[in-house]
Amino acid sequence: MLNTLVKAVAPNMYRYDEFDAQFVGERVNQFAGQVARRLSGELTEDQFKPLRLMNGLYLQLHAYMLRIAVPYGTLSSKQMRKLAHIARTYDKNFGHFTTRTNLQFNWIKLVDVPKILRELADVEMHCIQTSGNCVRNVTSDQFAGATDEELEDPRPLAEIIRQWSSLHPEFVFLARKFKIAVGATEKDRAALQWHDMAVQIVKNDKGRTGYKVMAGGGMGRTPYVAHVMSEFVEREDILAYLEAVLRVYNQDSRRDNIHKQRIKILINTIGPEEMRRRVQREFEELKRMGTLQLPREELDRIAAYFAAPKFETGLSDSIPDAGPDFANWVKTNIHKHKAPGYAIATITLKTPGQVPGDATAEQMEVIADLMDQFSLGEVRVTHEQNLVLPHVRKQDLPAIYARLKELDFASPNAGLITDIIACPGLDYCDLANARSIPIAQKLAKRFEDLDRQHQIGELKIKISGCINACGHHHAGHIGILGVDKKGVEFYQLVLGGSGAEDASVGTIMGPGFGEHEIGDAVERVVDLYLAERKDGERFLDTYRRIGMEKFKAAAYQEAVAA
Amino acid sequence: MAHQNQGLQMLTSNRLRDGDVLYRKGDGWVLMLADGEVYGDQTSAEAALAAATAELARNEFVAPYLFEVREVSGKIVPVKEREIIRAAGPTVHPHTGKQAAHA
Amino acid sequence: MSKLIKSGGYQQDVFAPVGDDAPLPEGAVLVSLARFKKDRDTLLARNTPVGVRLQSSENPESLGADVNHFALIALEFPKFRDGRAFSWARMLRTRLAYTGEIRAVGDFLYDQVNYQHRVGFDAWEVPDHFTLEMFNRALSEMTNVYQPSTDGRKTIRELRASPRPS
Repeated sequence: MLNTLVKAVAPNMYRYDEFDAQFVGERVNQFAGQVARRLSGELTEDQFKPLRLMNGLYLQLHAYMLRIAVPYGTLSSKQMRKLAHIARTYDKNFGHFTTRTNLQFNWIKLVDVPKILRELADVEMHCIQTSGNCVRNVTSDQFAGATDEELEDPRPLAEIIRQWSSLHPEFVFLARKFKIAVGATEKDRAALQWHDMAVQIVKNDKGRTGYKVMAGGGMGRTPYVAHVMSEFVEREDILAYLEAVLRVYNQDSRRDNIHKQRIKILINTIGPEEMRRRVQREFEELKRMGTLQLPREELDRIAAYFAAPKFETGLSDSIPDAGPDFANWVKTNIHKHKAPGYAIATITLKTPGQVPGDATAEQMEVIADLMDQFSLGEVRVTHEQNLVLPHVRKQDLPAIYARLKELDFASPNAGLITDIIACPGLDYCDLANARSIPIAQKLAKRFEDLDRQHQIGELKIKISGCINACGHHHAGHIGILGVDKKGVEFYQLVLGGSGAEDASVGTIMGPGFGEHEIGDAVERVVDLYLAERKDGERFLDTYRRIGMEKFKAAAYQEAVAA
Repeated sequence: MAHQNQGLQMLTSNRLRDGDVLYRKGDGWVLMLADGEVYGDQTSAEAALAAATAELARNEFVAPYLFEVREVSGKIVPVKEREIIRAAGPTVHPHTGKQAAHA
Repeated sequence: MSKLIKSGGYQQDVFAPVGDDAPLPEGAVLVSLARFKKDRDTLLARNTPVGVRLQSSENPESLGADVNHFALIALEFPKFRDGRAFSWARMLRTRLAYTGEIRAVGDFLYDQVNYQHRVGFDAWEVPDHFTLEMFNRALSEMTNVYQPSTDGRKTIRELRASPRPS
């Protein structure tokens, strides 16, 4: 337990000026007006639904769910404490970190939402466009600003995109949702190729920094990996280019079949080359018009908010010895920081048996304290439902670990088989066909032996409770899709997906396994991998080398065809 | 295990102001499935749905729909997993939802 | 019953809607794109204003060089969720340099009026209960905007760059 009052540290991140504050405040008033009109009946539910969705409010299985935006996964300690307060005051004392780095509360009352939004606005947070057929939360690399792998911090551009897309008058009634991610590394921690549109900061062969733009990735019923739209867009042109892509999508997408209305369908129907041609036409026009040009001063002005903090110098660059448990945690949960003496620490919210991605109000508050004491006031949310302390001194790692142990968030499993992604599933979600959380919990317990986890190595299990794929099962090394077979929950295995720079869509193995069979099936698949692997191959590598057949035979306990 | 279709249904909706799950009883709504009305035939079930639909303009509840139930050892139980969970609460957080009301 | 809001007030709608197979009356007429394509020469030869009503799937570029012959282009919202007309209006004002009336018709929400206004709509066919007061309120809910649009409003970025009272 914390004995002394921790002083809140304000991290280097975007700060609202009076325009941003006014914008969010007016949006809250607008939604409060919409709520009042709904309660009075001036708006029917059919009319109110898109409006509440564009303010992050769903009607789920048990109650309303509110999705709070965490732009590019970055939170300050002040914001984390406010989230804890909201969990305690308006919900059932916990929240859930999502696969788009947002935070969800599951037991919200409609009548409380205007109050909640005002509280969020007090700490520069909002729920704008976290749902609905519009541009959603812009996500990025959870190591942004801390890793030495990046060309530059991708978050300034993410912030610029966030502002440009907020209540964009042309794009708030798109055919479907539109998810954008920004990255700046070769190693992709933000699953860029799975997004409707993604920007990767790159250098061309002349050494100029610019943007590679991809579009047409997406999960759901028909998963696709994105196509490149442009290998290199100049910095000043980026908003014009992104707007061109969105315009072509808004104009040309189908509107007759909700399952065929994402941009991935458009691009794969007309072909990426035709898409590029249409985008290029819009882009050239926009560039000539000039109103969307992004001046260097503006990029620099926003980037200044994210300037590297004043790192201490003269620190020890070795991680202290603090026992075997701590050493295990360091093995998986610590990554190299760009500044000597510092490290990036991943807090996996995946202790075997826990609900993946959940945190209680108390846990959030302790994390806020850790943020202030050890991470310059900052935390990042990852799309794998974990948290990251981006700037910790190596010498502080044992103390951090000890505190995380008290929180039950010290599981040494980042990237290992028990670091499972699971959507809320049928326990919470109105759309689900099957429960996903209990499957995650049972699998994590089954594999919890740490030696075995290390023996298995990197293996990403992702579980979705329905074809909407919010658990990203198409991108799982082992993906699990919950289905409803005559009222009974069944689970299909999907193998060989990847959300990293080697993005691939997983392949469905075959008929589903029952709730009590899926754990054994996964274990047989893992055992086959261990038997077949060569030379330090990860599961994904072995699968890519030998293919589905043997895995399928193992899973269904059938003989392999000769 | 296939369930014998007993032809029993109930009607559920969500309360507009707080999202709480409701079950139809007579002309009104109750919070717990065990207190709700069971319709023994398609006619009465559809009549209940029609009545509820007509009442949507009261702006008290939203999204009414019928779902199948069956009687097991004298207790009314939904047929579908989804409705079982909706009536009780999340299986992974047993201290939340209507199941907690029995504590 | 519906009414027309334009130029900050209620206006009389002078355009008579004409069915695809109906005879053309005297005076200003509003026809479908199909009808226009069929009777283009007749319609343009008349001395009275012609309006065309585009469905949400009909790209205004299909009006070709005739676009500025229309005194009115009505863009339909078949269902408020279908947001294609936002792009069509914007295209009319920019690429096609259309200067006539762009009217929002069909199923749209009070909450969409502001966006419509920003992308170039300047007239709204609204149901009877939709008042001018509501219309003006819809336009005033958000004081500032982040992104440029055809309305030419200063964006927040531009406002930031201008000197502000301390």
